[in-house]
Amino acid sequence: MEVVQIQRNLVDYTKSLFMEGFLDGQFLQLQQLQDESNPDFVAEVVSLFFDDSQKLLNELTIALDQPIVDFKKVDAHVHQLKGSSSSIGAQKVKNACIAFRNFCEVQNIEGCLTCLQQVKLEYYLAKNKFETLFRLEQQIVASGGSIPMIEMGF
Amino acid sequence: MGGSAGGCGDSSSEDKAVKLGDEPHVLAVDDNLIDRKLVEKLLKNSSCKVTTAENALRALDYLGLGNETLEGTVSKVNLIITDYCMPGMTGYELLKKIKESSLLKEVPVVIMSSENIPTRISQCLEEGAKMFMLKPLKQSDVVQLK
Repeated sequence: MEVVQIQRNLVDYTKSLFMEGFLDGQFLQLQQLQDESNPDFVAEVVSLFFDDSQKLLNELTIALDQPIVDFKKVDAHVHQLKGSSSSIGAQKVKNACIAFRNFCEVQNIEGCLTCLQQVKLEYYLAKNKFETLFRLEQQIVASGGSIPMIEMGF
Repeated sequence: MGGSAGGCGDSSSEDKAVKLGDEPHVLAVDDNLIDRKLVEKLLKNSSCKVTTAENALRALDYLGLGNETLEGTVSKVNLIITDYCMPGMTGYELLKKIKESSLLKEVPVVIMSSENIPTRISQCLEEGAKMFMLKPLKQSDVVQLK
């Protein structure tokens, strides 16, 4: 496939992620921070996010499985996840965390369990989307092309 | 070594040129790994030297106020930027400790938080925080700090 075509695919794909609400403006901030001295910055941070989030999701599963649930602990984990997803622009994950925290506050276990499922779902979807994005970028770079900057009207 | 004219327009290799005394040294404190990476990059892109700490106690040690501070390891810091919500000692408590210290009370402290709570904000400003910033941080936020 022509580099130009892959570049076009990348731009269209990225735009769709914004349109569908998977990404918000904070992701653009991350991209703008990337430069020649640190060309893998976005991929590195997103990768850290995946690892960190996976741990948090595991902790949450365990915490909610206890006979007596420590809601403070659960809330602390969700707060972390909300923070990191917000910092990288993973909007749907962030929003799922906000809903989750509301149920923690009122100590509603059923609500929390449902929210955990929702957060996990959004996390896996986001992971999938990011992986596709980075794969497209890698294809472009491997073909000698440069990553196009996305112009969004924010 | 005379004063250099600063980096030229496209200079971005922060690890190469040794700019002595030119760059502000910022201590960034946050328990969230992703946020630490982000704030570090934001500051480095603004030509700051950055040290990160993952909690308030480590920060105090680094600043020379902790129980674990070793002789001769205290570095001069021009700005401290800290998250509010941290386990153990909060950013607010860290701010208080800094302002209580004759050694460090002149160092400006900026508090970051993901939560926009007016009482929290005024509490921090009253305690002497230079600024309160909402997370997630953007480049325009960091530019303000300089």
